[in-house]
Amino acid sequence: MSHATVSKQLTKTVISARGLTKKYGNFAAVDGISFDVPAGESFGLLGPNGAGKSTTMRMIGGVSQRTSGELSIMGLDPDRHGPEVRAHLGVVPQQDNLDDEIRVRDNLIVYGRYFGLPHSYLRPKADELLEFAQLTDKAKARVDSLSGGMKRRLTIARSLINEPKILLLDEPTTGLDPQARHILWDRLFRLKEQGVTLVLTTHYMDEAEQLCDRLIVVDKGRIMAEGSPASLIHEYSTREVLELRFGSERNATVAAQLEGIGERLETLPDRVLIYANDGEAALEQVRYRGLHPLTSLVRRSSLEDVFLRLTGRSLVD
Amino acid sequence: MTEPHRPTAREADAAAPLLGLRVPLTPEQSAAKARRFGSLYFAEHWLRTMRGYGWTVVMTAVGTPLVYLFAMGVGLASLIDANTAASLGGDGGSPGSGSLPYLVFVAPALLATAGIMVAAEENTYSVMSGFKWRRTYYGPNASPLSSSQLVGGHTLGLLFRLLLTTGLYYLFLLLFGAVPEPAGWLMIFTAALGGMAFGLPLMAYASSIEEDKGQFAMVQRFVVMPLFLFSGTFFPLAAMPWAVQWIGWVSPLWHSTQLGRVLSYGHAEPAWLTVVHVLYLAVLAAAGWLLAKRSYTRRLGK
Repeated sequence: MSHATVSKQLTKTVISARGLTKKYGNFAAVDGISFDVPAGESFGLLGPNGAGKSTTMRMIGGVSQRTSGELSIMGLDPDRHGPEVRAHLGVVPQQDNLDDEIRVRDNLIVYGRYFGLPHSYLRPKADELLEFAQLTDKAKARVDSLSGGMKRRLTIARSLINEPKILLLDEPTTGLDPQARHILWDRLFRLKEQGVTLVLTTHYMDEAEQLCDRLIVVDKGRIMAEGSPASLIHEYSTREVLELRFGSERNATVAAQLEGIGERLETLPDRVLIYANDGEAALEQVRYRGLHPLTSLVRRSSLEDVFLRLTGRSLVD
Repeated sequence: MTEPHRPTAREADAAAPLLGLRVPLTPEQSAAKARRFGSLYFAEHWLRTMRGYGWTVVMTAVGTPLVYLFAMGVGLASLIDANTAASLGGDGGSPGSGSLPYLVFVAPALLATAGIMVAAEENTYSVMSGFKWRRTYYGPNASPLSSSQLVGGHTLGLLFRLLLTTGLYYLFLLLFGAVPEPAGWLMIFTAALGGMAFGLPLMAYASSIEEDKGQFAMVQRFVVMPLFLFSGTFFPLAAMPWAVQWIGWVSPLWHSTQLGRVLSYGHAEPAWLTVVHVLYLAVLAAAGWLLAKRSYTRRLGK
């Protein structure tokens, strides 16, 4: 195989959306978004609740028809070739939908049958996937006896029964404890190493930074920003952030005296944030102005700063 | 000479192929198989789930006929047969027999009722469960299966349970000597058809319910029970006041029961009416099937 062919395969686009729109009556849940996902990439959709992430995932997954725009998965239109598109995918939904009336291992076998796969393949494959998900000793257990993390791992194992080239993960670690999250990240990272394209939505910025090569920030059905985690931080935030606490009653009044320090200032009820490339230098300037915060913290800028800047801090339910 | 590097368990684990087995079908082949056999795949899942409550299924299939046959067919029948002669003629009488044992009269109705009861059980709470409580429809919905195939698979599963129930019921009827005609075994299928005629519209209704506000309990009280009581089950429909006879005419249970009576003891009725029974049940089942497919498709998004 020539080098050119290899690189062409590596950059092959597996998901392509152009002006993708989903409307419910007059409300546009997804409002004309466009993006491409090349093979092997780990692609994230970030956004607050109701931003349109899950709707986008359902359209990609071929279980929700778009209102307008174009969408192609492995070169196929999911509205017209639903079974073919879904046969390429592994899906980890936001809410577990395992069958808790059958055994753990049977959940995998039954699901594999939906892909027309024979029992001779499914039986050993189920055992292999249980090992991958660290659930071998739970093979004969009932699903409702599993912990939240175990159920999540089982759902991921189930999504791999057909060896999908694209794995859709809708908030894969929501509600899990840190240990369970790290185990899941490890499993997902290993799949990515094997060339599986990951498309995930998440609320967790650290998760996006850990797992995503590239992401889009979505709000109100539209793309607010697109890029790698590092490039988004570079573009929408500063290198460091200085967090100052003067007491909740004083923060707002003191903020006026901090104008001009750093590149941007944000006043929150509990603290004042100064976005600066050199946080320590900014803190020096604060002290130089005769201000003495109760606590101060210099930290690196994160994707969360970008996210909050782009989507706002008001609560979305 | 240096010692050859022995990989640690962790290194070996990392170097080993993550998932060794290769899938034997391409996605295109998978999709083609799912398009052809998707309903069967879902029925397979359904049956596997049913194994979990197999004891209930068998107890219902075996216990119900025993209880009813003893109570109605033996207990009540002894009272009725002793006090009436040919009282069941007209609507229920067998030509030339002069009198019809009550057990023989009531047996097809009990069998038909079993079909309706099973359908009411399988196509209410389990449908709601698939959409809402256990969300078991959403897993297969993300696979190559279509929404219609979920209806198909569920219906095949129901048909299996119906035939199991009516088949076992029929054996009990034979044991009690309640089926005089050789063609009586066909009741296994007419009762199953009755179950479908009742169950499929019910499935369409159940799949349209977003919030459980006790609708199924209402169905049980205000649909299933009146049908059970006023469908010519325990006494001929003609013996009922005109005001409630219409319940029998629209009731799939009455049509299923009358078909059973024709087959079981040669109940005399015009041939066209027998055809109407079959057509009515088939139309109800077909309409329910179409409505259920539409409702599932709407709810599952494809």
